[in-house]
Order: sequence, then C-alpha cells, then structure tokens
Amino acid sequence: MSLKKMHASEVASRIINKNDLFILDVRNEDAYADWKIEGESVKSMNVPYFDLIDGVEEILEDLPKDKDILVVCAKEGSSIFVGEELVEAGVQNVSYLPGGMKAWSEYLEPVKVGDLPGGALYQFVRLGKGCLSYMIESNGEAAVVDANRMIENYTSFAEKQGLKIKATFDTHLHADHISGGRELADQMNASYYLPEEDAGEVTFEYTPLKEGDVFTIGEVTLEPLYSPGHTIGSTSFIVQDQFLLTGDILFVHSIGRPDLAGKAEDWVGDLRETLYNRYKDMAGELTVLPAHFSKIEELGENGEVSAQLDELYRVNDGLNVEKEEDFRTMVTENLPPQPNAYQEIRETNMGIISPDEEAQREMEIGPNRCAVK
Amino acid sequence: MNAQKTLDAKGLACPMPIVKTKKAMKEIESGEILEIQATDKGAKSDLTAWAKSGGHELLKSEEEDGVFSFWIKKA
Repeated sequence: MSLKKMHASEVASRIINKNDLFILDVRNEDAYADWKIEGESVKSMNVPYFDLIDGVEEILEDLPKDKDILVVCAKEGSSIFVGEELVEAGVQNVSYLPGGMKAWSEYLEPVKVGDLPGGALYQFVRLGKGCLSYMIESNGEAAVVDANRMIENYTSFAEKQGLKIKATFDTHLHADHISGGRELADQMNASYYLPEEDAGEVTFEYTPLKEGDVFTIGEVTLEPLYSPGHTIGSTSFIVQDQFLLTGDILFVHSIGRPDLAGKAEDWVGDLRETLYNRYKDMAGELTVLPAHFSKIEELGENGEVSAQLDELYRVNDGLNVEKEEDFRTMVTENLPPQPNAYQEIRETNMGIISPDEEAQREMEIGPNRCAVK
Repeated sequence: MNAQKTLDAKGLACPMPIVKTKKAMKEIESGEILEIQATDKGAKSDLTAWAKSGGHELLKSEEEDGVFSFWIKKA
C-alpha cells in the first residue's frame, strides 16, 4: 500500500452523497477548533502533526479499520509526512488532501438548482467556506452573481456549456471573501455591477446596480430589489419570478448581520424593514437562494442550499422576532466573531489594497461568519 | 537575546521547521535558549502551539524581511 491522494472534489462528492470518511486533521488545535471539514458522513479527529513526528503508534487504536482515512493539514506537507508514517505502520486506505485546507477553501461545486426558460440556474457551492455564488444561463448567455475570486470555475463552466458571460453582479460589498466579479467581467468583456451605496470608496470603474433596472439574459429576466441591512447597499435579485437571490440579508437558518462595516446600530432598522416588510410582501413561493450557508445541515439532497420564502417565515427564528427592540438586541449584541481579515477583505474588494494571490488565500482562511447566529 | 543554539530553518516547508526544532531542542539543556529562523508562514502558529504543548517558553518572536525569528527556552 502507498499513500493516496484524495482531491477536494472527491471530498466534496463524499459529503454531498453522504459517503463515510474519517479525517485525521493534523493542524494545531486552534486552527481545528476555528474551522474544519464537516459533513454528516464525516468523522474527524485532531492530533497536531508535531505530536506525531516521532511516530504514530499512539493513535493507531483510535483510527477506524473499515473506513477511508484522509489526513489533512493547512497546505499538504505535514499531511504527507503523517500519511506516510501511517502507511508504514500498516494502516490501510490512507490518503492526504492535496493543497490541504487551502485547496478545500477554494473548491467550488456547481449544482443545478432549477430550470429557467431556455436554460437553468446553477449554484456554485464553496463547501469549505460556506459561500454561494450563482450562474444564470439562458440561450447561450449567462450572468454571474457574487462570484468568488477563483474565477476559472465560472469561465470553464461557461466554456463547457457554450455560454457567453454578459454581466457579473455583486449583491453587496463582501467582507468575508474576495470578490471575483470585477476580474471575471474584465476577462469576459462584460459589465461589473455593484450597488452604489456600497461603493463609496471603490477605486475602480463599475456600473451602479439599482432597483428599477431590468436585466435580460437570454429569455430570463433579472430584477434587482433594494434590500439594505447587511450593508447599506445590499441588493437582492428576483430571477424570472421564481428565485430570490438574497445575498447576505436572509439565509436558510439565520439572517444577515449588520455590523461588518462598523454600522450595526445604523443599519439594524434597514435590516428589519427589509426582512419584515419588503421580503414579506413578496410571493411566498419564491425559492430563496442566499450567498452563504453556515452549517453543513443546510445542504439539500444534491448539495444545494435553498428554501421557499414562506417556509422561512415559518421556521427561521430571525424572521419571527415580534418586538423591534428584541430584534435590535439580537442583531447588535452576542454576535459571532467577525470573519478573518474582514477589514482587509473589504479594502481588497474596493481596490484600495491589492494583495497577491497567496495573501488573498490567507485572508480568506476560516468560516464566513456573515450570519447573526 | 543570547541563544545557546541557532537553527536555520529558512526555506523549509512544513513540517520540517518543527521536525528540526524538536531535534535541536534535544541538543540543549533545560533552561537554555534555542533561536530558530524560518520563512514558512505557518511556522509562527505551529511553533507557538508546539512550545506550549511541550511546556517550553516562547520568549520572543519577530519578523524581518520575510524571516521569522523565534527564541524558545527549553523546559
């Protein structure tokens, strides 16, 4: 037996198909506690690699005999080191994750959410970070919403399907991940749209995204809807009266947090207005498609994250806080920690700083934490 | 800061800086100080966690021109 590779795509398909996987995560304890690979069929154990340098005998008993074992670290060096020790000790079915948690953070799984006239809507699920982006395609044309920085995922998908990307949109100025919207638009000779209210300090050319505009992609209509609260410019999209792309305003299990630009107190009223009035007036049968998920349980049968709007009004706690005062307390106090490097990420998305790819990767490490709970 | 031993781990990728640090620590006495120079970005959090788990004391760390220097006192 020798040490095998299990790429991020294979890990993703195991999580989505709920196939068993045992992960030996050899990063240090803080890193593991902060962020790890999760899935219903995934069991994991953390032993820092520095405790395994002199041998793996002590953990052999804790490893399952009948499951595939994946060794994971930050990049890959330590997982290869430990993986080879395990193979040498006679452990069967051992693999390592090439590229480590960095590769996991960057992997996107495209999932078809539904049909549209002349085409379909795809959700790109970033399993490692909980980011969701979208491609709407119809009659050979496409638009991308909330693109991640790994834009080759969208360009290669469009190429395979023979699609021309006409426009890229960001629903708001992101604070948890670096947007690929501008670069993707540049590369495709498309237009990049961003809500003007969020673009105050942006240093590059963009087209303001406004409610009242109507975009046509093939036979499909996209209508922006001003829905502030996570940021002052946050804008949702209604796609063909079937789908509601909510950005970071409304998630399946939670709601957006208003504090990542330092304006929690100012924006909480906007958030309340959007969630308790604007969205409430909309057709309940719209399928909500958010820009994030926070727990792996939010994934549906095919790996997609979605819910019907009226269902969310029944089950999502964030939509069922009767008193405005209680709502204010909920979204301004007891917030989870902010996403890693969120200030630098905002500055990158405004073009104020231009870190290299390696630095961008580092900035994005960890979970997204854009939700209230 | 006076170190009894200096380890050059520059250019080495994870896990080698820690592998070499462990080895070098065996060559100094309790209470003595090992200075480590590394360029791997993960070295800081890993060395900090490793020193803590072994009861060693990380006295000081600094970064200059992409080189991280650490001073660890052996337990």
